[in-house]
Amino acid sequence: MNLNSLLAQTSEWLKGTGPDSHIVISSRIRLARNLSNFSFPHWADKKERKEVLSLVKDALFKIKYLKNGLFLEMDGLSALDKQFLLERHLVSREQTKGRDCKAVVISEREVISIMLNEEDHLRIQVFQSGFNLSDAWRLINELDKQLEQRLNYAFSPQWGYLTACPTNVGTGMRASLMLHLPALVMSKQIKDVLQTISKLGIVARGLYGEGTEASGNFFQFSNQRTLGRNEEDIIDNLERVVRQIVNYEQERRKSLLKQSREILYNQIWRAYGILKNSYFISSGETMSLLSMVRLGTDLNILRDVQLRKINELFLLTQPAHLQKIEGKKLNAYERDVKRAELIRERLR
Amino acid sequence: MLCDICQKNIASVHITEIVNEKMVELHLCEQCAQEKGIGLSEDFSLANFLAGLTDFDLPRVKESVELQCPNCGMSYEDFKKIGRLGCSQCYYTFKQSLAPLLKRIQGAEQHIGKFPHYADKGMREKVEIEELQRELSKAIQEENFEQAAKLRDKIREIKSKMKKSEE
Ligand SMILES: [Zn+2]
Ligand SMILES: [Zn+2]
Repeated sequence: MNLNSLLAQTSEWLKGTGPDSHIVISSRIRLARNLSNFSFPHWADKKERKEVLSLVKDALFKIKYLKNGLFLEMDGLSALDKQFLLERHLVSREQTKGRDCKAVVISEREVISIMLNEEDHLRIQVFQSGFNLSDAWRLINELDKQLEQRLNYAFSPQWGYLTACPTNVGTGMRASLMLHLPALVMSKQIKDVLQTISKLGIVARGLYGEGTEASGNFFQFSNQRTLGRNEEDIIDNLERVVRQIVNYEQERRKSLLKQSREILYNQIWRAYGILKNSYFISSGETMSLLSMVRLGTDLNILRDVQLRKINELFLLTQPAHLQKIEGKKLNAYERDVKRAELIRERLR
Repeated sequence: MLCDICQKNIASVHITEIVNEKMVELHLCEQCAQEKGIGLSEDFSLANFLAGLTDFDLPRVKESVELQCPNCGMSYEDFKKIGRLGCSQCYYTFKQSLAPLLKRIQGAEQHIGKFPHYADKGMREKVEIEELQRELSKAIQEENFEQAAKLRDKIREIKSKMKKSEE
C-alpha cells in the first residue's frame, strides 16, 4: 500500500452506507493523547520530537488494526500529497504545515488515521460511514487500550488525559458528525438550528467553505467540552441533538416536496443538467450543484444516480484529487476544465 | 447570520462559551475564525482565541507569575502568550491558575471518563460516583425528585458493575 493506492478506493467516510446516510455523511471520533514527561510537540525541540516519533512509531507497528497500514512522514511528502491527505480528512490542516517530525499512520481501509506530533503527540481518529458513533467509539476505545499497554500516557486522576491545549483536557475526545442539510438551508431554518444547538454544548461548523460561505450545505457538529463528563455521555448528548436535526431536515425535505414541488424539481434537474454538460466549472459551483443532486437522489427525483457516486464526486473534484488523477500539476484554469470532464464522465 | 468580527461574511462557525459567568455566543465566518486560530483545523484553541478577542484575562495568581515548569522550562507568561502548555508537568506547575481557567472554559474541574489501565483500578468509578452523589444531593435540595431518582439508579448501576468486575 502506498499513498497513490488510496486514490483507487473510497474513503470510509464517503461510502454512503451506514444508518441515516441520506443525511448523515459520516461519524468521526478523535482522541488526543500525549506521552508523559515529553514536551508537547509545539514546545519540544527537534531531538525530542524525533524521540517521540520513533517511540510511538514502534508501538503503532505492533497494533493489529494497523497491520498493512500506511506510515507517512510529512517531511517526505510534496505539497500536493499533503493537500491530498487533507482533502481525504486523513490529516488536519495543522499537520500539513510547519515543523518537522510529523507523521500519519493510516489503516488499510482508511477507517483509522493517527497523526503524530500534531498539536498533541498522538491524535487518534476513527471514521465510520453514516450515523454510527457507537462503532467508532468501540473501535477507538479498543485501539486506545492497546496503545496504552505500550505507551506511557500523560494522565492525571483529576484532569484526565493531559493535552497541549486546555480545551481538550479530560477525555481528550472530540466526536463529530458530518451532515448534509440542504432543505434546512433552503427553507432558511438552518440559522435557528445553529443558534439553538450552540446552547447545548455542541459546536457547529460549515464545511468546504471557500472563504465566505459554507458551500455544499455540509455542516459538522461536535461536542464542545471534554472535561467533566464521560465519553459515553458526551457521545449520547451529541447523538440526541443530531437526531433532532436529522428529523428536522427530513421533515423539511418532505414539506419542500409538497409545497414547492416544481421549484424543487426545477433546481435539482437543472443542477444535474449543468453538471452533465459543463466544460468548465469552479469548485464552489460544483459543490452547490452536487448538493442539489444529492438531495435529488434521496427524494427519488433522480432515480438513476447513486448516492455513493455523488459522495465520491465531492472528494474527487477537490484540487489535489484532480491533480493526482491527472498525474500532474494543474493550474486553476486547467483544474476547472478537468473537473468538468471528470463530472461528465462519471455522470454519463 | 453575519460574522461577529467582520460583519460582512456569513458566519459558519458557531461557539458558545461561558466567560465571567456570562454566556457569550460567537458566530464567525471561516476567514475570521481561521485568523483567530479556530478555522479550518478541526479543533480550536478557545483560551487563545478568547484572549485575543475580549479583555478575557487568564486568572492572575501571584505565585504563578514567577513559576517555571521544572520539566520543560515553560513560564506562566509563555503559557499566556501561546495558549498551550509545554508538557504534562505544566498542569501541576501551574495548577493554581489552571484550575479556575479550566472551570471557566470546561465548566468542570474533575475528569469523568476512562482511565488508563495502570491508573488505580476502580478509580474511574469512584470518581464518577462521587460526582453523581454531589449532583444527587443538589437535585434533592432543589426538590427535583425525578432527576434524583435517575441519579440514584445510575449510582446503583455503577456500584453493581464494580461488584461484578471484582468477582
Ligand atoms: Zn468574518
Ligand atoms: Zn512543562
